[in-house]
Amino acid sequence: MRNFFRFIEKYHFFLLFLVFETLALYLVVNYNQLQQQTFISTSNRITASFLEISGSFRNYFALKRANDELSRENAFLRSQLQNMAETAPSRNVVSSVDLLTPDRFHYRQAKVINNSVNKQFNYITINRGAMHGIKPETGVISARGLVGVVKNVSPHYSTVLSLLNTRLKVSAKLRDSNFFGSLEWDGHSYRHVVLTEIPAHAPVQIGDAVVTSGYSTIFPDGILVGTIEDFQLGEGEGFYRIKVKLSVDFKSLAYVEVAEKISGEEQRNLEKQSQDD
Amino acid sequence: MINTWIRYSLNFVVLVLVQALILNQLNLGGYINPYLYILFIMVLPVAIPGWLLLILGFFTGLTIDAFLNTPGMHASATVFLSFMRPLFLRYIAPRDGYEPGSLPIPAHFGFIWFLNYAVLCVVTHHLFYFLVEAFTFNNIFSTLWRVIMSSIFTLVFVMIAQLFGQTRTKRN
Repeated sequence: MRNFFRFIEKYHFFLLFLVFETLALYLVVNYNQLQQQTFISTSNRITASFLEISGSFRNYFALKRANDELSRENAFLRSQLQNMAETAPSRNVVSSVDLLTPDRFHYRQAKVINNSVNKQFNYITINRGAMHGIKPETGVISARGLVGVVKNVSPHYSTVLSLLNTRLKVSAKLRDSNFFGSLEWDGHSYRHVVLTEIPAHAPVQIGDAVVTSGYSTIFPDGILVGTIEDFQLGEGEGFYRIKVKLSVDFKSLAYVEVAEKISGEEQRNLEKQSQDD
Repeated sequence: MINTWIRYSLNFVVLVLVQALILNQLNLGGYINPYLYILFIMVLPVAIPGWLLLILGFFTGLTIDAFLNTPGMHASATVFLSFMRPLFLRYIAPRDGYEPGSLPIPAHFGFIWFLNYAVLCVVTHHLFYFLVEAFTFNNIFSTLWRVIMSSIFTLVFVMIAQLFGQTRTKRN
């Protein structure tokens, strides 16, 4: 026993180092399991309030651009409204169509208080949390397109896995042909993501739009991701590797909307049931 | 003694806020991110007990992790830096050893000595951090490129920070 204590005393520096290093690497490795830990994140009250102050400065300088974006979105929505009025002449038709539409989403607006594009794991912090009805695993979009997925939620704030995070995979499709594949960031340019698993017989053209597939419970169908900038077919592979230019400029993100699927819970439960069978 | 605690607490708060609110928001060339906050670990007194050094390293890293949503990543790198720091100090010790109460800063040991020390510390921390971040040895060249570029920028900021710190920490 005395030898043991002498051993501890002699090597206490190294042993303590091992303890802390193990603890830190445990946090790194178990990142995905520790979903609920909001303490070591920007949705924690203290870090978020600091970031909110600095974010409000940055947003002040981005006001003009935010204004432009909002007015453009307004115009777009107005024209859509007109289209809808034209295609649905009577009120009754609208409501019956409405009932049949399975994908109903509820949108909540939020302000970006922190954002990065230069890490491997980029996150966005928004100033809305559980108290405002934000739930984890809901989609985040902006006027220009797809932004990310809500990860951690605290009472007043939420952290969002940015599309520019190598940990995020999103199901996306080619708008014109409906071929769908998997979208992820390769960690290099903040203007581009990579779409894979599009079969070789799909018609792919530079400039085609890539949108969300709507198969998940996270995003509505048809949210713009970007346009095809470049594509190649790997030798001996049956799938394209497509470079997509993002429609959202992640460097100048100011306002976003959180989309929650109203029947999402039901869909997830049903899918889980059939998986268990 | 109390004076030291206050000064280092202030150091900590200023460096963490500068890191979180200014440097983390910089976008230099897409993937360069200077991590100036490790200066806090670097300038702790030479004679600081090892256990305290490791504890401070761990919590400094964890605080930065909270701002970057990277639980454990910065903590693991700063703990490693804290572990290596005594070795570096021994390696570049002046011929007649360290006087009690000395701090590893240019005002005490000169600019060249500090530059050596800073390069060792910054590269060690960045190498460990970016390897943990990538969590793979694939793309090792892209990872090393990140290490080199970010180290250069961190060193520049470390040196700039010395301009502000020097008058406060004159040898007494």
